[in-house]
Amino acid sequence: MQKLLLLGDEAIAQAAIDAGLTGIFAYPGTPSTEITEYVQKSKEAKEKNIHSSWSTNEKTAMEAALGVSYVGKRAMVCMKHVGLNVAADAFVNSAITGANGGLIVVVADDPSMHSSQNEQDSRFYGKFAMVPILEPTNQQEAYDMVHYGFDLSEQMSIPVLLRITTRLAHSRSAVERKAVRKQNELKLPSDLKQFILLPSIARKRYKGLLENQARFLEASESSGFNQYFDGSDKSLGIITTGIAWNYLMENYQDGEVPYPVLKITQYPAPRDMIKKLVDECEEILVLEEGYPLVEELLKGLFSIGLKVKGRLDGTIPRDGELNPNIVARALGLPDTYGQDVPEVVAPRPPAMCPGCGHIDVYNALNVVMADYSGGRVFSDIGCYTLGALPPFNAINTCVDMGASITMAKGAADAGFVPAVAMIGDSTFTHSGITGLLDAVNENSPITVIISDNSTTGMTGGQDSAGTGKIEAICLALGVKPEHLKVIKPLRKYHDENVQIMKEEIAYQGVSVIIPRRECVRTLDRRMRAKHLKKEKK
Amino acid sequence: MKKDIILAGVGGQGILTIAATLGLCAVEEGLYIKQSEVHGMSQRGGDVQSHVRLSDKPINSDLIPTGKADMIISVEPMESLRYLPMLNPEKGWLITNSKPFVNISDYPDINNIVAQIEQVKNHIILDAEQIAKDVGSPRAANIVILGAASPFLDLDYGLIEIALKKLFGKKGDDVVNLNLAALKAGYDFAMKNR
Ligand SMILES: Cc1ncc(C[n+]2csc(CCOP(=O)(O)OP(=O)(O)O)c2C)c(N)n1
Repeated sequence: MQKLLLLGDEAIAQAAIDAGLTGIFAYPGTPSTEITEYVQKSKEAKEKNIHSSWSTNEKTAMEAALGVSYVGKRAMVCMKHVGLNVAADAFVNSAITGANGGLIVVVADDPSMHSSQNEQDSRFYGKFAMVPILEPTNQQEAYDMVHYGFDLSEQMSIPVLLRITTRLAHSRSAVERKAVRKQNELKLPSDLKQFILLPSIARKRYKGLLENQARFLEASESSGFNQYFDGSDKSLGIITTGIAWNYLMENYQDGEVPYPVLKITQYPAPRDMIKKLVDECEEILVLEEGYPLVEELLKGLFSIGLKVKGRLDGTIPRDGELNPNIVARALGLPDTYGQDVPEVVAPRPPAMCPGCGHIDVYNALNVVMADYSGGRVFSDIGCYTLGALPPFNAINTCVDMGASITMAKGAADAGFVPAVAMIGDSTFTHSGITGLLDAVNENSPITVIISDNSTTGMTGGQDSAGTGKIEAICLALGVKPEHLKVIKPLRKYHDENVQIMKEEIAYQGVSVIIPRRECVRTLDRRMRAKHLKKEKK
Repeated sequence: MKKDIILAGVGGQGILTIAATLGLCAVEEGLYIKQSEVHGMSQRGGDVQSHVRLSDKPINSDLIPTGKADMIISVEPMESLRYLPMLNPEKGWLITNSKPFVNISDYPDINNIVAQIEQVKNHIILDAEQIAKDVGSPRAANIVILGAASPFLDLDYGLIEIALKKLFGKKGDDVVNLNLAALKAGYDFAMKNR
């Protein structure tokens, strides 16, 4: 079969295309974005008419994917770890409704927070929803597990969680393709009440889910993805989950680990295999890329009778991603190190691009806010969050998508006036609209700045759901037309923009200012594409 | 054969072109490869790195252990130093551009940076932009650096040429030839100054 050099993300996308996918649904988020982008760029996917446009947020994506599954076809939904918080209502309830067509929920976690607000471990969500979880160790396994995951989902009538982490998502390796499978035919669930979660039905469905746990466990024990490797030295037994396996094997280049090793890549955690390891070995070392999920399971509340080493006893750092050196130290193997970074090296944090419209917004806003005491600008997540750094120091919060508007409202409700919200266009349609409606309904004295660069900038410039519709949305929510101002964030309009901001921030009710100028990066890309087209002609 | 390489630069400088060329070499030669990239926040003008691992045996970790990298290939001088903990202190080579990319207000004195680079046991420092300009266009500076690294890669020089032809083939003969010349100029510099 054909071999391709693919990112972990791309391997998942190619596998989904090959496994008879009908629709992929997603909102961008590092490190998951490239899955959907790969399908969008794939010629095969286009020929097969696979749906791949972006959704407005992770919840709408999850629900649309469930709709595809409802009609019997295969669907995938992708998000970053914090996206699952947004989609959680749909996700947890989809375990109760069950799946009809195969449904895979791909969640990419970001331990060490390379591009995120936290490092939450999505396996806990999988466990909470009581669905099977797959956690590949490499690009090939990621590819294979998508095929397996769709089959598992259909056999067990359950959504399957595929959990990856940054280093797999964004690392490239050779992947061998499997035979291509056709899309499913339309076929409604045999029980047309299955998806009606009225209490009387939900109770039955939930009991069914509980009963099915034994089948999920049986699949974990027998699918072949979880593997037990014997070792002669039983003083220690090792459990790896996900890509921790790679870091372990990096320390044994000949492939021979002296200790028994259990490689876990499928959950529920395989009980019999774990029991065998625990019975055989004196101590257990748990290597997990993420929170200590398996470790806590083994340890129980009082770790009676079993010595377990890992993140909880300090053998492994409690936070952050793993690497080969951390694992070497945990095993008492020789560690290696180069030289310290010379002192002359200065940090180079990310920054807004030269010419970015957000910069002009902050230059004006900082002038206006200088008239008030500090701490009044509630912001959000996107390129404009970089306004928190010098030289701007322009914002005071960044919590979760949409929180700028609602936190400003709360502060204003508590008497902290004026309060300003600073949000991007994509974040506004993702989760800001409902908050603005709350504010309008109470005419809260807040000013919302929707800095509109007409793209989802931070994640690489994907289409933004509200492009061309932002004013209409605000007006429809009830924002007064005389307090809805569109401005152009350019240096030459600085004084004018300061004046408008000053007036609206002083206004004792909801006002919205929309600074609008295209992202310099998407503009550059558009111009280059235009130029190329001309050259071709 | 086993080469563990750190590629270093600043978001937007295009270290991934070097990574892609090495990837094509690996595919052509039937080598195993793992190449981890930085996507996301740091791409906004922050420091970025890529781990490229080539081997004739299967590779486990996507990350190179500290102290074990065979090379640092950097398109920016200060960035080349940021990854010294990764470099094998005895056998490792550091190959870097000398031209700073200044997008921070407290960028250090370039002379201090060069002095530190010169303390690294095995190093090559070159003005890749000037060399690229001399062969046709400063845009090929990346490939000049790759050329300067090529004697230490354990890859056939001809193989890298084939990879470049594949990578730039779509853009026409002029672009291919520019990059081949840039590769050669970097290679020549390294052979004279190693
Ligand atoms: C729930 C959730 N989903 C996705 C992300 C990833 N993310 C961070 S910023 C961003 C884009 C924001 O776009 P926009 O608001 O238009 O601002 P811009 O970056 O264009 O300035 C995304 C998708 C996240 N942090 N949280």
